Amino acid sequence: MAKSKAVPYLRVYVWEFPVRLYHWVNAACIVLLIITGYIIGSPTTIRYADEAYQQYWFGTVRFIHFVTAFIFFFNFLVRIYWGFAGNRYARWKNFIPLSRKQWREILEVLRVDILQIRSGEHISLGHNALAGFIYFLTFLVFLFQAATGFALYSSMSSSWLPGLFTWVIPLMGGDFAVRQWHHLAMWFFVVFSIIHVYLVFYHDYVEGRGTTSSMVGGWKFEKEDILKKK
Amino acid sequence: MAADNPTIYASMLAKGYTRRDFLRFCSYAATLAGVEASGLATVVKAFETKPRPPVIWLHFQECTCCSESFIRSSHPIVADILFDYLSLDYTETLQAAAGHQAEKCRLDTMKNYSGKYILLVEGSVPMKDDGVYCMIGGESAESILRESAEGAAAVIAWGSCASNGCVQSAKPNPTNATPIHKIIHKPVINVPGCPPIGDVMTAVVTHILVYGNMPELDSQGRPREFYGRRVHDTCYRRPYYDAGLFVESWDDENARKGYCLYKMGCRGPVTYNACSVTRWNEATSYPIQSGHGCIGCSENGFWDNGPFYQHLANFPGFGIETTADTIGTVVGIGAAAGVAAHAIATNIRKKKLIEEHKEESVTEKGGES
Ligand code: HEM
Ligand code: HEM
Ligand code: SF4
Ligand code: SF4
Repeated sequence: MAKSKAVPYLRVYVWEFPVRLYHWVNAACIVLLIITGYIIGSPTTIRYADEAYQQYWFGTVRFIHFVTAFIFFFNFLVRIYWGFAGNRYARWKNFIPLSRKQWREILEVLRVDILQIRSGEHISLGHNALAGFIYFLTFLVFLFQAATGFALYSSMSSSWLPGLFTWVIPLMGGDFAVRQWHHLAMWFFVVFSIIHVYLVFYHDYVEGRGTTSSMVGGWKFEKEDILKKK
Repeated sequence: MAADNPTIYASMLAKGYTRRDFLRFCSYAATLAGVEASGLATVVKAFETKPRPPVIWLHFQECTCCSESFIRSSHPIVADILFDYLSLDYTETLQAAAGHQAEKCRLDTMKNYSGKYILLVEGSVPMKDDGVYCMIGGESAESILRESAEGAAAVIAWGSCASNGCVQSAKPNPTNATPIHKIIHKPVINVPGCPPIGDVMTAVVTHILVYGNMPELDSQGRPREFYGRRVHDTCYRRPYYDAGLFVESWDDENARKGYCLYKMGCRGPVTYNACSVTRWNEATSYPIQSGHGCIGCSENGFWDNGPFYQHLANFPGFGIETTADTIGTVVGIGAAAGVAAHAIATNIRKKKLIEEHKEESVTEKGGES
């Protein structure tokens, strides 16, 4: 048995309420959008009546997709705002690797994730630099999905928000192409979700700082001496 | 400059039509141009007073289906009169003149009616190899187009060829077939479709005759009146779509019942055209009414979005029958498998990975772990 070298940890409030709320609303929306979107693309046969006026399930699925889409979009806008108003862990700077330190950290996280070895480089308590950068790319895909989605929606709606995205259609060469890209991007979200959830668990395990529960309560844990050094 | 043409009314009278015929023509034309009943007087006045504009109708890389469609508009009197009295000064398919004589007609019209004639273009223009793939009277399509567009009062691109390239521009587009709005620097009215609906064509021309200006266009240069909504929006099978009642194969019971063709690849939801409103051939039917999905013939690049009987296009570069879903599923399973393999590797290496945590841990009593 290894000898105990117990060290004191401190509780740090990392994810403020707006970030946590954003996270779970976002996750729920994305799951719903993937499910309803997939059904819109390849509807299964659900028949409980012979005549059209007696059933409406496909219309309902589309309705859920659109309502969720609006929630998803405004929720995302809140997160962008919080990137400028929130605490240091939520700031936009975490998402764009501009400093050398962030690049060193990216290499370290790659070592941990792929080679499964640690060199001792400290991994940030908030988003690690790699995760932050991946989220940044993900945010771009959010925008892409919203732009293509609202562009498609503009033909069924006369409200101003979808109207802002009509320029996407000629740019991509028509509604068919827009729908095709929108559909393809769905798979990005599927793959992201699988890997993201796994990596949360994995980093919780190898870092031992309470990553998983941090998105629920907001707290993470860090060694006292590391916090003092800063 | 030569004298103006006579008015449409004058030339109709000269041909032996009566005032009654003329008024009938006006009311058809008004209906087509979407003028309300109280506006009829405007139309009558326009045709009584405005000189009829000369028309040049050019044919480039095309199949003449647009011309065919045009002469089949539901109100033949309108097409007849437009053809007879519009003074179609030049159109390869219908004119009597040939050879140098024909080209002279075009050049004369361009010279004598500069700034007044209407230019109608059917077909795309090959831009590759100096345009050798479409030469008329020794001149390339591109130079004929540029020259004729110069003094045109209005330019209309007939059909998908002239509006977006159609089949000639489908991959790999061997002649670099190009729609005309990408060549000339003038506003172009795009009237896409393969072919466009005859009534829509007459209506667009009528609009120009009556109002002397362009109809309201959308972001892709198409008249909003006819291309503002999707085939799907006014499709009579739409209730089946919302109900989720779909045809599953061409010969099933659902097809017989007339359910929605969405799962058979119908492009109605992504196609802007008036088919489900005006219908075709004197409003007899339109593809969906006849049991076949829309293939999106009025949409940019519709030939490359195939196969027509599949909801998603094939994914380029992955051979036939590979859609975004096939690729997505493979990548998704790959991700899941990768994650599972990673979890196993983690378990194997766990001694090393979480050694530190073990060392740092304490038991509840504060003793060693
Ligand atoms: C994570 C985000 C999203 C995912 C995964 C997603 C997924 C999908 C999928 C797979 C389709 C089916 C495409 C097809 O017919 O092949 C679809 C359709 C659609 N989505 Fe989304 N979507 C998302 C966000 C949005 C947003 C933000 C909007 C904005 C309004 C939107 C609007 C639409 C519209 C209008 C359609 C077309 C529905 C129809 O054909 O009637 N989507 N979506
Ligand atoms: C489909 C589901 C999910 C999606 C789309 C998603 C998306 C995201 C996004 C976009 C962020 C960046 C947050 C920010 O703006 O700062 C994030 C962070 C995070 N998520 Fe999720 N998430 C999902 C599910 C989960 C689940 C199930 C957990 C685990 C309980 C989780 C835990 C976390 C944690 C702990 C972080 C921050 C830690 C880090 O920097 O890596 N997420 N997630
Ligand atoms: S048949 Fe085509 S256009 Fe008509 S409702 Fe179905 S999908 Fe839409
Ligand atoms: S239904 Fe579709 S494919 Fe058929 S003519 Fe109309 S736009 Fe073209």
